[in-house]
Amino acid sequence: MSAHAESHDHHDDHGHDDAPHSTMKGYMTGFFLAVVLTAIPFWLVMDKVIPDSRTLAVVLLIFGAIQIVVHMIYFLHMNTKSEGGWNMLALIFTLVLVVITLSGSIWVMYHLNTNMMPGMTHDMTQQVKNLP
Amino acid sequence: MSDMHATSATGAGQKLQFWMKEDHHPANGTLLGFWIYLMSDCLIFACLFATYGVLGRSYAGGPSGADLFELPLVAINTTMLLLSSITYGFAVLEMQKNRKGTMMAWLVVTGLFGAAFLGIELYEFAHLIHEGAGPQRSAFLSSFFTLVGTHGLHVTFGIVWLITLLFQVGKHGLTAANKRRIMCLSMFWHFLDVVWIGVFTFVYLMGVLP
Repeated sequence: MSAHAESHDHHDDHGHDDAPHSTMKGYMTGFFLAVVLTAIPFWLVMDKVIPDSRTLAVVLLIFGAIQIVVHMIYFLHMNTKSEGGWNMLALIFTLVLVVITLSGSIWVMYHLNTNMMPGMTHDMTQQVKNLP
Repeated sequence: MSDMHATSATGAGQKLQFWMKEDHHPANGTLLGFWIYLMSDCLIFACLFATYGVLGRSYAGGPSGADLFELPLVAINTTMLLLSSITYGFAVLEMQKNRKGTMMAWLVVTGLFGAAFLGIELYEFAHLIHEGAGPQRSAFLSSFFTLVGTHGLHVTFGIVWLITLLFQVGKHGLTAANKRRIMCLSMFWHFLDVVWIGVFTFVYLMGVLP
């Protein structure tokens, strides 16, 4: 809380509010990590390093998630203290909604396709073929 | 608010002293408000990603992602957007040092990278439509054009905002209001880069997998 008291005096002097003070080091670290985390997924896909699609998809999603966190920290300056924690609260709330929207839609629609529209998916076509 | 303390001094003649603990209002809530706007924008993109996730393999007998996507072009595009992000970062650093000229120069560089990104994306779209893989071809292509097009539209408006800011800073200098605007656009621009990570991972890279 002592940091807060200091920043209070500070922003009275300058007139602009608690905009986080960015540093060259922070931006360069973020940029370096972003380049590495972008290059690896492209390399994995373009050189077909992992033959199994499902495994590769999971690896790609993990790299994407890590890179999003890197951008959030180094470029968007997310931390638990900015704006008294309200930034982080809004982010967490949004993430909950995003996860529900994404996983819910894909899960429900996948089952709908499988159960209601036989022949649309590969598995069902095989099962229909195997019928006596 | 809850931590308002009153120290009643022992001596009856002394005045009461009040002070507030951990209650600090920012000078204005613009940055927080803008962040909440970005979160609502994030939900729009979440819906479009979900739509693409559901429809992304419904080719209707048409071309698939593996047939259409040119990954080298996407890699160049990603590089453009990443470079524009770091040059915007340089502009913010110059702003903190109150160097108006170099700040504006970095903003111009950012805008040019953004324009290059848009140009490549428009070329890709034109190429797809020319090949008969327009948005009306299949559910996959409809959701693809909607998702990537919405992102491109955001970048377009980001560039419009950036040019407006250049004129404002040029005319009024690095005032407090202009610095606040620069920080808002900074969040917007970096946010678009975050969304693009989702696009190139989920749409392009995973789209070409067999």
